[in-house]
Amino acid sequence: MAAQKERHLYAFRPSRKRMIEGATQWFFRLATYVVILAAGYLFANIAWNGSKAVFTTSAPFINTDFLTQKPQTLHVYEPKEAVEEQAKINAEQIRLRRERNNLGSAEKEASLAIKEELKALQSRYDALDVIRKDKRLLYSDTEYRALESTPQEDQYAYSNYAYSGGGVGPAIIGTILLVMGSISIALTLGVLCAVYLSEYSRPGKVLQIIRLSILNLSGVPSIVFGLFGFGMFVLFFGWGVSMLAGWFTLAIMVLPVIITASEESMRAIPKGFREGSLALGASKWTTIRTNVLPYALPGILTSSIMGIARVAGETAPIMFTAAFALRDQLPWEGLSTWTDFFFQGVMALPYHIYVVSAKIPQNEYTRTMQYGAAFVFLVIVGFFALSSIILRIRIRKKYRW
Amino acid sequence: MAPPKDTEKKQDARDVIEVRDFNFAYGNAQALFDVNMDIKDKEVTAFIGPSGCGKSTFLRCFNRMNDLIDIARITGGSVKINGIDIYGKEIDVIELRKHIGMVFQKSNPFPKSIYDNIAYGLRIQGIKKKNVLDDVVEECLRGAALWDEVKDRLHESALGMSGGQQQRLCIARALAVKPQILLMDEPCSALDPIATAKVEELIHSLKRDYTIVIVTHNMQQAARVSDRTAFFYLGKLIEYDVTDTIFMNPNNEQTEAYVSGRFG
Repeated sequence: MAAQKERHLYAFRPSRKRMIEGATQWFFRLATYVVILAAGYLFANIAWNGSKAVFTTSAPFINTDFLTQKPQTLHVYEPKEAVEEQAKINAEQIRLRRERNNLGSAEKEASLAIKEELKALQSRYDALDVIRKDKRLLYSDTEYRALESTPQEDQYAYSNYAYSGGGVGPAIIGTILLVMGSISIALTLGVLCAVYLSEYSRPGKVLQIIRLSILNLSGVPSIVFGLFGFGMFVLFFGWGVSMLAGWFTLAIMVLPVIITASEESMRAIPKGFREGSLALGASKWTTIRTNVLPYALPGILTSSIMGIARVAGETAPIMFTAAFALRDQLPWEGLSTWTDFFFQGVMALPYHIYVVSAKIPQNEYTRTMQYGAAFVFLVIVGFFALSSIILRIRIRKKYRW
Repeated sequence: MAPPKDTEKKQDARDVIEVRDFNFAYGNAQALFDVNMDIKDKEVTAFIGPSGCGKSTFLRCFNRMNDLIDIARITGGSVKINGIDIYGKEIDVIELRKHIGMVFQKSNPFPKSIYDNIAYGLRIQGIKKKNVLDDVVEECLRGAALWDEVKDRLHESALGMSGGQQQRLCIARALAVKPQILLMDEPCSALDPIATAKVEELIHSLKRDYTIVIVTHNMQQAARVSDRTAFFYLGKLIEYDVTDTIFMNPNNEQTEAYVSGRFG
């Protein structure tokens, strides 16, 4: 009697249907966790590796050189003995591995012996690594040129790595300039266009076609915009590889997103506000200015956040139109007239990341730079997005209905 | 209790709105057929009728709110206000709407402060002097019997008010631009009986200074507030007469059926 559970009217009755329902919920939950884990790993990885470049162990804890200097060649002097021994160990390890691979599956003992040997070599290698890192001398290009005498060649092995010294200062400045310029252009054009589409245009076939084409434009790959910008602004208008060409190319790229989102947020405003305003004798433009745009602003800002993230992150559109792999001068240096400011190429973080990770071989010295640049980039985009979000929340608090 | 009607005394009042053979269509769907009507100065005129009979459409013709609907068009006839054809040439809709205020079915205060809501109509006309605005805000809120309820929170959001207060705020907002005619499109349809009573009281007190045209679903309301009543059915004006006649002794069978609740 006691073992038998009391079954009342509302007792839970397991069934196939309920099981499937429970499983479905877990499936959704799992999918979400996978996404969060992947994203979390990505950010943690970049933040962890990048922080080595951006932060230092001593006050002020932020590596200002990395944030302000331009990229330089890194000159490395490593203790010769350690390097040479490590090279020998490397060769030996390769030889042993090959030997082990050639062994048949029957020769287990021999395989185990090789494994032991490899282990011993690896621990020696690691020990040497500590010595090497402890004693090595690193010079950025400017420091190297200022050296009175280079370290003795019989003690140190010399090597150099492009882009691995200095910092990403000009790229940060270039990215900020590109984002601000292109977002200003895109928001101005986009909001004007959205106001026309949602408030003035007559609904009908033509409008739907226009809307559809704008929507489709947002699916065009960014490299296509890059080529368009190259053909149009760089060559046809003759602006050359310049910030202005980059601004317009990026602006055109994000326009569809901004137009669509702004129009959506304008159309979401209740008709009552427009009617109420018009019935009081307001003109159409007054109504839009006082009773449509202010309430649509949060939506417009949301679209601009998406725009900023895209503009800041795209490499392809600026590759041909605005970005230099390396530029010695900052944008405001060495201008003959003020208009030159707009007609100069700039360095940009996404392009810089592309260059350092795709155009130069990877090793421990370049990796710091790669991750550091990626980390700084994430922080900048996060900063832009955060300020827009805060602005949006403030405006939304002001106009709530 | 509604005060006694004074319609008889004003039998010969001036006609403010004169509608002649008015036809109106949405696209190909005719919404109004040959409407003829004279609306008298400083009276309350009520439009009653079942849903979709065209009474709101007709009301929105008086301040050309239908211009906002692309497919809407006039297919014949004229609407004259103070003797001027409002669909004629050289009519500035903006000027027209300044003189003909409107209150909508769903109260639509702007998501701004109470003060800014009332001042809106003046501000868009370029009046920015604070003392002028202050006076008008107080005058309008008093006119809409709202002053005592909100005088301590003029600068709080209008959306924090109750539904009835919001609707009266919309009336006050319409009064701020000093219109001659006030159009009300089912102003009480979303309000509870107490709020409705307050709005009706307000309509009564406004009658002295404004010509009011009100659309209502509520026949008792029409009987309570209006001097004249028009009954619409399927886009046609069936009967238009002094309210008492419409409700006590209608000439038309359909009107009688409707006001006695047999259909509609």
